[in-house]
This record gives sequence, C-alpha cells and structure tokens, in this order.
Amino acid sequence: MTATTLPGRPADDVARRPAEPPRRSPGPPHRPRPWTPYVFLAPFLLIFGTFVLVPAVSGLWMSLHNWDFFLPDRPFVGLQNYIDLFTPDALVAQQFWESMRATGLFVVLSVPLLMAIPLGLALLLNQRFRGRTFFRAVFFAPYVLGVSVIGLLWQYLLNGNTGLINGYLAELGVTEAVPWLTATPWVWVSLVGVTVWWTMGFNSVVYLAGLQNVDDALYDAAKVDGANRWQQFVHVTIPQLRPVLLFVLTMTVLASANMFGQSYLLTAGNPSNETRTAIMFIAEVGLEQFRMGLAAAMSYLLALLLIVVSALNFLFLRQKES
Amino acid sequence: MATTVVPPGSTTPPASPRRPVARARRDEATGRGVVGTLLLYAALLILSVIILAPLLWMLSTSFKTTGDATALPPAWIPPTPTMEGYTKLFADAQAPLLRWLGNSVLVGVLHTVLVLATASAAAYPLARMRFPGRRIVFALIIGTLFVPGFVFLMPNYLIVDGLGWLDTMWALVIPGAASAFGVFFLVQFFQSIPAELEEAALIDGANRWQIFVRVVLPLSRAPLATLGLLSFLGSWNDFLWPLYVLFNPEQLTLPAGLATLRGAYATDYPAVMAGAAIASIPVLILFAFVQRFVIAGVARSGLKG
Repeated sequence: MTATTLPGRPADDVARRPAEPPRRSPGPPHRPRPWTPYVFLAPFLLIFGTFVLVPAVSGLWMSLHNWDFFLPDRPFVGLQNYIDLFTPDALVAQQFWESMRATGLFVVLSVPLLMAIPLGLALLLNQRFRGRTFFRAVFFAPYVLGVSVIGLLWQYLLNGNTGLINGYLAELGVTEAVPWLTATPWVWVSLVGVTVWWTMGFNSVVYLAGLQNVDDALYDAAKVDGANRWQQFVHVTIPQLRPVLLFVLTMTVLASANMFGQSYLLTAGNPSNETRTAIMFIAEVGLEQFRMGLAAAMSYLLALLLIVVSALNFLFLRQKES
Repeated sequence: MATTVVPPGSTTPPASPRRPVARARRDEATGRGVVGTLLLYAALLILSVIILAPLLWMLSTSFKTTGDATALPPAWIPPTPTMEGYTKLFADAQAPLLRWLGNSVLVGVLHTVLVLATASAAAYPLARMRFPGRRIVFALIIGTLFVPGFVFLMPNYLIVDGLGWLDTMWALVIPGAASAFGVFFLVQFFQSIPAELEEAALIDGANRWQIFVRVVLPLSRAPLATLGLLSFLGSWNDFLWPLYVLFNPEQLTLPAGLATLRGAYATDYPAVMAGAAIASIPVLILFAFVQRFVIAGVARSGLKG
C-alpha cells in the first residue's frame, strides 16, 4: 500500500488545533472517555476490515495458490501464477497481455478525448446565456442512465446491417456498411465514441466548477495586458485549472482502465478478443472459469500499474497545490 | 428554441471610439456579439441533438413492429405504432423489469444510507479527536483510495459466498459500503468546522455523540448530500459485480437484468428498446427534478479532490 509515501497533512492540521476542549473549559462537561473514538469508528472499520483489508491480503494469498473455486485442493504454488503471466509461450500470458493491450489502447484513445471535449463543453457552458441550466442537464443526462442502457441502445444504433448510423450513412451515399461492432479499427471508434457520448457531461461539470472558481480579476488583468481570447485561455484558464485538470485526468485514467461494460455489451470482446479488456478477462478467468488464484494474480499486476500511475498523479497534484 | 437572446440590462452598449461601430456591437453582460451568440446556440443545439437523438430513437423504436425497427430509410415516427415490445416484456417471467427497477432503487438507497452513516461516524473522530491509532487508521484509509476496486473482486466473491450472501442484495449493499473516499472527503470538511461550536456544546454538557448529531451533521448537509449522490450513482451504475454475484432473475438489479435482454431478445429491437426505455424514463424524470443537486454534487467532488 502507498500510505507511507503520502504527506500526513490532515492529521497535522488537527494536532495544531487548540487543545482538547474539555481541558480549556472549566465547567462540568463530560470527561472524554478513551473508547469514544473507537465506538464512532467501529461500524466503518467492521465493513472496511471485512471487505477491504482482509481481501487485500487474502487476494494476495490466493494469487500464490492454484486456487480453483470447485476443487477441494488448492495447492500453494508460490509465484507460479505470476511467472505464467510472464511466460511468452503460455496461452494465458498471451491472452492476458492481449487484454492489457486492449485496456491500454482504450486508455490512450479515450483519455485525451475525455479530457479535451468536456473542457470545450465546459467553456461553452461557462458563457452567460439563457437556458444554461437546461443544456448542462441535457449534456449530463446520458451519465445517469448507466452503462447497460447505453450498451443496449448503441449496439442497436451501431449494428452493421440494420443500425441507424449505417442507415444514415447509406442515405449519404456510403454504399458499404461500416462494421462498427465487428472489425478494427471501427470497434475502437465505437467504444471510444460511445464512452465519450456517455460520460462527457460528467467531466464537463467537474471542469465547470473549476472554471467558475477562477477569479475574474485575472482575466481583467490579462485583458489590460492586451491578451486575446486564446492567450487568456493558455495563460489564465489552464494554469488556474491545473488542480482540476489533474483530478479529472486521474479519475478518467482510472475509469478508462476499469472499462468493462462497454466492451461486454457492445462488442463482447470481438473481433477475436481484440476488445476484450483486462477487467473483462480477469472476470472471465476468475468468475466464469473460477481459476481465482490466477485471476487474483492478474488483478494485482494491473492494480500495481494503476497505483503507480495514480499515486504519481496525486503527488503531482498535491505539490502543485501547496 | 431561442436563437438570439438579449439579456436584461443590455441597452445600447457605449461604442468604443477606437473600434468600428459594427464590431463594437457587443453585449455588455456577455461580452459577445450577435454572431457569437448565434454560434453559441448553434453549437449547443447540435450537441443537444447528438445527445437526445439516440434517446428519442430508443423511445420511437420501442413502439414499432420488429419489421419497422430495422426498415430503411429510418422512420422517427413509428409507421404502425404498437405496444408489442412492452407487452412481450411484461409477459416474460424471466424479465421482471419493474422488479429490477425496485431492486436497484432499494440497493442504491440502502447502500447510500450505510455509506453516509459509517463514513460520517468514522470521519468525526479522525477529524476532531486525538487517540492512539488514529494515524494508522487514517493512513490505511488513504492508502486504499489508490487501490482499484477489482483487486477485491476474487476474495470478496469468496467472502460473500461464505456469508451466504450470493444472489442476495446484501452482496451489493454491504461490501462496497466502506467508502475510503467518503471518510477522506468528510474529514476534510469536518476539520473546517470552527472548534468554538463544539466547545460551546461541550460547556452545555453535551457529549460527543450529541455534538456529532446536533452540531456536526447539521452543518455538513452539503458534503453529505454530495457523498450521498455520488454513492447512489455509483451503486445505480454498478454493472460488473451484480452481473456475477446475482443469478435469479428476481434478484437482479436493472443493469444486470438489462444485460440479459440482449441475449434473450437479440434482434427483437422493439422489446430491447422497451426495456431500455422503462429503465431510462423514471431515471430521467427524477433527474429532471434533482439535476441541480446532482450536478452541484459532482462539481463539488472535483473541487475537494
């Protein structure tokens, strides 16, 4: 776990606060009982311990075993599950890295668009005009529908033979049907496009809050200095938005790396497992084939990668803030 | 939809002497010219069509016959309107859509209540009391902020199975309720509450529990609402976990249930779209009423993070 690398700021803040109230007030208040804080913490710690701390350790333990849900024997195999994942000839290694490639590709293709398009949208919504609240709600609406509605809807719209998208393309004179859900590179266009359509409202709302926090005086100062709109954007908006940008970046990278539903519902991992993401493969191996030790090993490998990425982001963000 | 808008208080803007008059016709309140306003609304209109057209198509298809659903050129108004898609679904015992909707709402509400209760109670001593082990607890909570949820997938499946919770809603309500983000988020807010308020209550003889319930929680409505909304949205949209821990059609939540329609109805698009519409319409109506709060909640999550 990465806890040790983090600045302990919140705790220090408390320590610097005035001393415990009872000592300062001479009245008859309750004496602080030593177990009070633990009573407050108990319900959370019970759930946290059972479903976060214990699994974090037992998952690691599982990954060191040939742990099959349906077999009585779950022999200890040491690092064999991990070694298998790095053995180039092993089928599971090939499939795992293929799924990692799919996840990586999705992150690389989707994150820039999920950063840029919502920013543009937020700049648009940050203008003063009538109906702002209405449009903001419209752009956010797909997000509340959830991935299953989105998946059902778009697998129909993007259907190669009977979908609306190809229907209109045909009207425009595109005679050959585009295989949106069955062939590369179209599958990636579809997965990224649908994800942008689904979640762009969410990111723009986060951006919008950041934009509204930018001090107008900074823009006025820039205007006095003769900065045009673009220069104001580059020299005022972007630097002021930096913490929000990093927050959105971290969240979006994690969300894209966790991509599951879109592939599951739209392409089912096709063509030939090319869009089967890492999460999809882990779930298949662990919860369909019940080779849970191996699946746990894959989860840890992917998690390690993501923890490094998001910890770097977080530290960067903290540094810039202070 | 409105095309040009003249906001109140925008009479004739004083023309800058250095600029040509035509270019100076900018709106004082918005800093935009007429052309700018037109472009703005054109962009908003196009984007709205991109967002709304697929949803309208879903609705339209749900009232079509299977033949019309795939006919070209596309017809936005069903040529022969029918309720077939809906009646087919409602007659199907394997697809109890309203039950799924109810399950999703129940799971979401229980999950949210549990998150709010446990996270706020845990955040209070972490923010406001000194006790042995506080740093360790806080470090553990912060540490898990960075651990992606799928790490817990395999072991939690076994734990939930061991507890006899597979195929019950407890598998969805409880394991995800330990919200490290929630505690972290509330600790930050609780620390900003002036200590004097607590001291005053202590002098009045209140104990820590009373202070928490009567002073701290009422002052924390906004962050609690934010956390509640984010928790509900998270539970509502959760797809992978319910897909694997629920089996019986009666137990499914909406996302897991809808996924089964794809296999069961394949290209019977009116039925599939009827299912999607039943899942969407209550949510969209609710969202229309509470959108301000949802959006404010999401916005605040970014600023605090």
